Amino acid sequence: MINPRKLLAFATVLTVHLAFGSATSMAQDRFIIVQSTTSTENSGLLDTILPAFTDKSGIEVRVVAVGTGQAIKNAENGDGDVLLVHAKLAEEEFVADGWGVKRFDVMYNDFVVVGPEDDPAGIAGSRDAVAALRKIAESEAPFASRGDDSGTNKAELGLWKEAGIDVRSASGGWYRETGSGMGATLNTGTGMGAYVLTDRATWISFGNKENHRVLVEGDPKLFNQYGVILVNPDKHSNVKAEEGQAFIDWLTGSEGQAAIADFTIDGKQLFFPNAQ
Amino acid sequence: MPDTTIAHSFDESHIAQAERSVASHTDSILPVSVTDLAFTADGKRLVYIDRLTLRAGGSTIIMGPNGAGKSLLLRLLHGLIGASEGTVLFNSQPMSARVRRRQAMVFQRPVVLRRSVRANIDYALSAHGYRGLNRRERLRDLLEMGELADMARQRARTLSGGEQQRLALVRAVAASPDLLFLDEPTSSLDPASTHRIEALIRRFAEEGTKIVMVTHDLGQARRLADEIVFMHHGKVTEQTPANVFFDRPSSPAARDFITGGLLV
Amino acid sequence: MHDFASSLSLAVNLILSGDAELWSIVLLSLRVSLTAVAVAAVIGMPVGAALAVGRFAGRRALIVLMNALMGLPPVVVGLMVYLMLSNSGPLGVLQLLYTPTAMIIAQVVLVTPIVAALTRQVVEDIDAEYAEQLRSIGVSRLASVPTLLWDGRTSLLTAVLAGFGRATAEVGAVIIVGGNINHVTRVMTTTIALETSKGNLALALALGAILMLIAISVNAAVGLLGATSERAAHA
Ligand SMILES: Nc1ncnc2c1ncn2[C@@H]1O[C@H](COP(=O)(O)OP(=O)(O)O)[C@@H](O)[C@H]1O
Ligand SMILES: [Mg+2]
Repeated sequence: MINPRKLLAFATVLTVHLAFGSATSMAQDRFIIVQSTTSTENSGLLDTILPAFTDKSGIEVRVVAVGTGQAIKNAENGDGDVLLVHAKLAEEEFVADGWGVKRFDVMYNDFVVVGPEDDPAGIAGSRDAVAALRKIAESEAPFASRGDDSGTNKAELGLWKEAGIDVRSASGGWYRETGSGMGATLNTGTGMGAYVLTDRATWISFGNKENHRVLVEGDPKLFNQYGVILVNPDKHSNVKAEEGQAFIDWLTGSEGQAAIADFTIDGKQLFFPNAQ
Repeated sequence: MPDTTIAHSFDESHIAQAERSVASHTDSILPVSVTDLAFTADGKRLVYIDRLTLRAGGSTIIMGPNGAGKSLLLRLLHGLIGASEGTVLFNSQPMSARVRRRQAMVFQRPVVLRRSVRANIDYALSAHGYRGLNRRERLRDLLEMGELADMARQRARTLSGGEQQRLALVRAVAASPDLLFLDEPTSSLDPASTHRIEALIRRFAEEGTKIVMVTHDLGQARRLADEIVFMHHGKVTEQTPANVFFDRPSSPAARDFITGGLLV
Repeated sequence: MHDFASSLSLAVNLILSGDAELWSIVLLSLRVSLTAVAVAAVIGMPVGAALAVGRFAGRRALIVLMNALMGLPPVVVGLMVYLMLSNSGPLGVLQLLYTPTAMIIAQVVLVTPIVAALTRQVVEDIDAEYAEQLRSIGVSRLASVPTLLWDGRTSLLTAVLAGFGRATAEVGAVIIVGGNINHVTRVMTTTIALETSKGNLALALALGAILMLIAISVNAAVGLLGATSERAAHA
């Protein structure tokens, strides 16, 4: 006869072991949390360059990849030591409100407009993003937007505004907000034959392109600047200021900048370092 | 002509003899005395018994048509449901943990735990405070008594209906109760199984356990009963020695019941 | 177009290659979900049994709450746990956000109502059958709880497995409180979400197949364990 009490004791021991047993064994003791965006994560940039920093400093970098809006909100809550995103206005506001210490430029990549090969709006080859968007609106060809308050979403909305088009009134019609990340939006876009504004890095490493390709690129307005900010330790005492600053110093220093420039996919450089 | 009021014609000398035979049990829970016992549900009085005494010695068989309130009466006496009015006293004591320990009940459909046969009996022994060697010996005796030793390790729910009822029976008498209630324990069993159950019941009675049993089986009642309590419409219409009941039932309802002509 | 055959062969290759990365993700998934389910069982079973057997003030309210919690979307649970564990939240000092423990907590919140509700059903059914018999033997209502739980063990195992299913299949809550951090809080479901967002649909599907295989294995293992303990209980 199995003794229920013994069984319970066994389950308890197992539970404790599972919960805490190996929790620390594989992770470094010193680590920081970087609130960042899906584009840096999905492209594989951070996975590629971070080991060099960890080897040198002994600091593990744990990346939480979410939309820029959520990343900033999380950082305001003190749930991260460093913010690495691409929405310059929002970043400056973050620092001005006292949530961050100081903003540094890190690198840029660019946005492109991708769309189906048959190109119903006829924008292929254009170097004028605003004009291309206007054509899409006029032809009412489907356009998939992230609609998630991310850096990419903010950039896209800025372009629509410049084009003088009120996408809110078209929402649910030809303008479709997925409310999700870049990858999910690209999956939706390729699935429904819609145009999508995406960062080039995510697009190049994206595995489900179907018959979509880059149609609009090279407009300076499609420039996508990344900034890095140390979360203000005066606001949240748990912020690891020393380790976080060490990471920022490395990323914006010669080693980090070189690592960013060296990162390629299919022989193409995706991010261009431009720290001062 | 017998009247239709409750007949208390139990042989006085028989009672005196029975009481002497249990005189050593100063802590006995018998006799059971019922006064103005009522059970009411949804404004309907389902059971009402102004006076009923169940004395030590002899087996009392309760008979009566379906819905007469026999099962309710057993559950009221055993304290499984609370009475709306009235009292049940056990040798002048109200129901208590001690009184409960001295009595047991077997249900129409045996309730066997989802465990082995021996674990079923062991469970009752443990609940009654049996420990160690005492418990092991009693367990062995009870398995023996119920002719269940061969299937001690078998899952109780895989037993046949008759075997399950034998298990329920020996489990009920695990702590040698003074008083054993049985609610139609053989109603769904074949004649052979019924016979074995009856043999067990007779044995318990001989060993001094007061049997209070409901049955519809007239033959069984004749075989086991020392006295008959007849119920109709929630009331006890007569309490009579068995031989008297079967020869000259005093109430028309009982007479019709015996001849199979009673319509509810 | 992604096709099932290539996903399946990818899944088989991944398993056969013994990929260390994959294994650490699988192990973390198991560790988080099994721990969460164990904790949920320890909390949920007594609560469910109390709701089945007890007659106390607030019982009905507790049942309603339990059923409501059972229907909560995982994302909402994730958000609630995030707000609790955030450094701006009441439990921020514990520094649990973005750790496996945070994911365990979220899954405990998700699974406990399921275990409790199913336990209540199981115990209520057995109690309906046993109540008078146990009372007759002299077992009090409170003392009958272990008996009812033990005799319901086969059904309770199913309840726990249902909880395990919800835990392992869940992504919305753990991605919020765990952060899907590589090598720290990345589990099967968050990996599947990530690979899907990278457009690696075949790989995502392959991982899904492996997740299913894990679920089947755990179910089989528990079933075997149940059968063994059943036999042992009758020895
Ligand atoms: N808990 C209860 N609530 C309401 N009615 C009941 C309850 N238990 C039994 N009854 C009713 O009381 C009557 C007597 O039932 P019972 O004692 O089971 O009869 P029987 O003499 O056949 O054993 C039946 O009409 C039955 O429907
Ligand atoms: Mg009955």
